[in-house]
Amino acid sequence: MKSPTFSLTNYLIRHLQAILFSLGQLWRQPLATLMTIIVIGIALVLPAGLYVLLQNMNNISDQWDDASQITLFLEKDLSETQAENLSSKLQNWPEIKQTDYQNADRSLIEFRQLSGLGNLLDSLPDNPLPAIIIVYPADENLRPDAIGSLLARLEDLPEVEQAQLDMEWLQRLRSINKTIQRGISILAILLSLSVLLVIGNTIRLAILNRQSEIQVMKLVGATNRFIRRPFLYTGFWYGTLGGVFAWLTLVLTMGLLTGPIRELAGHYGSDFSLEWFAGYMFVTLPMIGASLGASGAWLAVSRHLHTIEPD
Amino acid sequence: MIQFTDVHKRYPNRHEALSGLSFHLLKGEMAFLTGHSGAGKSTLLKLIALIERSSHGQVVVNNQNLGRLPKRKIPYYRRQIGLVFQDHNLLHDRTVFDNVALPLIIAGENHREIGRRVRASLDKVGLLSKERNLPIALSGGEQQRVGIARAVVNRPPILLADEPTGNLDPDLSRDIMNLFEQFNQVGTTVFIATHDLDLIQTLPYRQIILQHGRLAGQVSP
Repeated sequence: MKSPTFSLTNYLIRHLQAILFSLGQLWRQPLATLMTIIVIGIALVLPAGLYVLLQNMNNISDQWDDASQITLFLEKDLSETQAENLSSKLQNWPEIKQTDYQNADRSLIEFRQLSGLGNLLDSLPDNPLPAIIIVYPADENLRPDAIGSLLARLEDLPEVEQAQLDMEWLQRLRSINKTIQRGISILAILLSLSVLLVIGNTIRLAILNRQSEIQVMKLVGATNRFIRRPFLYTGFWYGTLGGVFAWLTLVLTMGLLTGPIRELAGHYGSDFSLEWFAGYMFVTLPMIGASLGASGAWLAVSRHLHTIEPD
Repeated sequence: MIQFTDVHKRYPNRHEALSGLSFHLLKGEMAFLTGHSGAGKSTLLKLIALIERSSHGQVVVNNQNLGRLPKRKIPYYRRQIGLVFQDHNLLHDRTVFDNVALPLIIAGENHREIGRRVRASLDKVGLLSKERNLPIALSGGEQQRVGIARAVVNRPPILLADEPTGNLDPDLSRDIMNLFEQFNQVGTTVFIATHDLDLIQTLPYRQIILQHGRLAGQVSP
């Protein structure tokens, strides 16, 4: 008996044959192939798009990473010198890392820039805004009760009208992000599972369609591995092409969103723009698609191929 | 080359297709397997091709005891046997060339060798000019010859045929038999199941006759 001899060249050639053969099979049924690819692409683009949005939200909140800060609104009748003295005095407190003094005029300029309410301010007789001191605690991760007592001590200072902790809204934003992130992960797992099943089912049908062909191949001495290979590559192609389709959809969607988002950001005086991760996604989506496709095909093949024997 | 010793084959539905069958086919011999339909001819060929396994007894083919052959080695074993079927079993979405090339592709032959051997094989059965056709475009006799070309393309030591002339008229049947004789003359062991008694009476080969799954007799030329 001729035993199977291993040669790397032969091995590669066989894989190349299977790769091209499976691609040819897909090409011969363009419509069915396209529909499968679109289904897979849509399933992949949903979590990918949400991921991009989430990353952008994280980027925004990261910009305020040092925002565990306390804003002191000073009494209106305080002079500039008194305020500066207070600021440098606070800097010597052990709990405080740094302070920033900002007089009422600068507050006004900043407000004018950020709010877009300049006209309204012009109609007021004088500057309604107080001077402020921004206090950065030494330890950014202060426990709530520690930061609460610092806040109380600052508020007790006679020069301070009000002390406000800027962290609460950020904490809320972060927990919202965390919730969305978990939601996206669950969605991604579910949709990956659906990609797996779609491809598995498509391959199962392909196997059943070619049942008599498989029988003939087994009769002339084909190993299971030989028969399996084109099906695995078919799954691989479905997944890869589905990933490419998902990427195109993502890029198109982002392209459509760029204009409105820039406009929206403009209203807030921000030059924020969506980051696409286009390059990252171009690698990741087809790779995820390919591995899901090959796994789905593997499931179908391992379930159905060995049951087909010549009779 | 093919040796059966007290072989029984019982199917799961308790039908006993073969019982106590013993015979020996020599290396390089050509022989016919005859008998009424349902006598067990197909079952016997299936045992040799390892499509089925015997329930009892020993089948030895080309010095291999098939009872001891593990499942994963069956593909390599089958490459030593050329199979010809009554209904050809061709792949209808591939050309004649691709059909004949299948055993060589499966065996991992290189491209040049495949082209050379497929054309030699098609030349032998007289269909070299039809290599680019799809099987559907050929007549029944031509399809059968494609099936034969595929069976012999990797030069197996054993050629098995199950009713290869079942659907053909007498002239075409004679042509097909002539082909088998030619392969036998170059040393291939040929074993043909048929009930075309008129045809095989004229040929000088041993006949193994089955009746209800038992050996009913042998006719030697």
